[in-house]
Amino acid sequence: MELFDNLALGFSTALTFQNLAYAFLGCILGTLIGVLPGLGPLATIAMLLPATYALPPVAALIMLAGIYYGAQYGGSTTAILVNLPGESSAVVTTLDGYQMARRGRAGVALATAGIGSFFAGCVATLILAAFAAPLAEVAFKFGPAEYFSLMVLGLIGAVVLASGSLVKAIGMIVLGLLLGLVGTDVNSGAARFSFDVPELTDGLSFVAMAMGVFGFAEIIANLEQKEKRETFLNAITSLYPTKEDFKRMIPAILRGTALGSALGILPGGGAALASFAAYSVEKKSSKHPEEFGKGAIEGVAGPESANNAAAQTSFIPLLTLGIPPNAVMALMVGAMTIHNIQPGPQVMTSNPSLFWGLIASMWIGNFILIILNLPMIGIWVKLLTVPYRFLYPAILVFCCIGVYSVQNTTFDVFQTAAFGVLGYLFIKLRMEPAPLLLGFVLGPMMEENFRRALLLSRGEFTVFVTRPLSLGLLIAAAILVAIVALPSIKKKREEAFQEE
Amino acid sequence: MLQIRSQKDFFSGLFYIAVGLGFALVARDYTMGTAAKMGPGYFPFWLGLLLAVLGLIVSLQALGKDGEADRLDRWDIKTLLWILGSVVLFGLLLRPLGLVLALVVLVLVASMASHEFRWKGTILNTIFLIIFAMGAFIYGLNLQFPLWPAFIAP
Repeated sequence: MELFDNLALGFSTALTFQNLAYAFLGCILGTLIGVLPGLGPLATIAMLLPATYALPPVAALIMLAGIYYGAQYGGSTTAILVNLPGESSAVVTTLDGYQMARRGRAGVALATAGIGSFFAGCVATLILAAFAAPLAEVAFKFGPAEYFSLMVLGLIGAVVLASGSLVKAIGMIVLGLLLGLVGTDVNSGAARFSFDVPELTDGLSFVAMAMGVFGFAEIIANLEQKEKRETFLNAITSLYPTKEDFKRMIPAILRGTALGSALGILPGGGAALASFAAYSVEKKSSKHPEEFGKGAIEGVAGPESANNAAAQTSFIPLLTLGIPPNAVMALMVGAMTIHNIQPGPQVMTSNPSLFWGLIASMWIGNFILIILNLPMIGIWVKLLTVPYRFLYPAILVFCCIGVYSVQNTTFDVFQTAAFGVLGYLFIKLRMEPAPLLLGFVLGPMMEENFRRALLLSRGEFTVFVTRPLSLGLLIAAAILVAIVALPSIKKKREEAFQEE
Repeated sequence: MLQIRSQKDFFSGLFYIAVGLGFALVARDYTMGTAAKMGPGYFPFWLGLLLAVLGLIVSLQALGKDGEADRLDRWDIKTLLWILGSVVLFGLLLRPLGLVLALVVLVLVASMASHEFRWKGTILNTIFLIIFAMGAFIYGLNLQFPLWPAFIAP
């Protein structure tokens, strides 16, 4: 079987002592930062990205994948213990996880999240390995028109779940696309929107944007709220779920894994959508719907499995098509380009050990997380007791050192501060920043494919609808918008967000 | 007088309009080209206009009756200035004074933003963070930084 040959190659790459050590380090660092309140995977990866520059590409990507999983798991820990979701996909976990913690079952909730995530990770890794090759074949049939339409679908998919006005969220994407165009135009060599600032001809720094908008703005907003949060740090008595717990969580884990794997593959799907969907499925299909929101174990098991499965399968569009389906993957693209790897279908053939090594290390990362986190929960919990007035200067220190070391220029430090102001504006005007980052990374790619498609069609805009594959993708995007705009769905969507 | 239901959405819309038109205006100075042979101005120009149109829709929606009503929040300018000011100072001081002193300034100034500020804890935190940063980034990851003021370092 080719699949197993490939996986064997992957494991032989990932299981070298060096790479294993980086996966381990990544998981620890990711959890360490991710467990801090208010720092989701996005901010964590942005902050730790510079730590991987000095590494060889394979090791760097393996470590980044470890950071990603660690951050996600750390986010669930904070969600359960302090009711503070680090990112949108952990919002659902707070609903029942925090309630379990209030009832003295924090340990069980954490263990459930860990077991669910591990199982989902295993399944999703196999799916990733099985689907990557055939999907990459399809990718070679894609012309510029198809790529453009696929990006439209992906971007629309990314905002379907945004709370509030859909048009407002789409605006954030367009703003991101525009910011992505700052810098030298590849085709003509003309500098655009650089206003004669030499540093700007290389474009805005996406690390600066991610840190400023997600990190700094978040710190300012956190400092503004002076009230203290209730925590249940001493409430961890037993980690081990009872027999009854297992009986209730196993079906939830299976359903969550299936749902998450499927939704993660869709461009724009991703972890948040998966965990919301899994929560409503659990609530609908449960024999005790009245327990939801009061500490139902299914409400933790289902969404946690789903978001981990989706996090894993969302690598599929990135690795096979080169298109990041969400903001976290957009950061991974940035990391790959820094290491001179252009993500896309060619990676699999030109650099098979990197490709399969990364896939194998995802499984290893999940494994490390479960053996690491269950025994170390006590340490992570201690971290949560460090007062915020000591934590946020530390975050600033990491960010400043990190952003400077990307290009060894203080210009990027100033850029980050400017993006901090922008991020604060977004918080004040309740604009969702994640689509901005996704648009920012896709901007140049989208323009490039748009231009090429129209060059090939001699300026006929119909090219996007006359090619069947491209038409199909655009129709899918239109259906997504229509579904969200439908009055009945719109109402449901608002309800879902009110549950937060 | 028009009643603005959601001030946040209304001003988000205005922000989109301003930024979109700004991009479109600047893009007009670049070669536009034709659809078949686009110049550098083509894509940003239309994208800028698109953003302005989206902004108009968002603002108009904010006037309508459907949806939540909200008012603009106050800006906590003081906190903003302490935090971002400390970052800017770090950027300004890094080259002339080196990493160690720039970090001292960064941590001290940033810590002022907290309403729980105490000198003792802040100084201990500063020392801890500098030792940690030196250990992790300079010796651990081997990142290249000027460590001490330019006039002291050899």
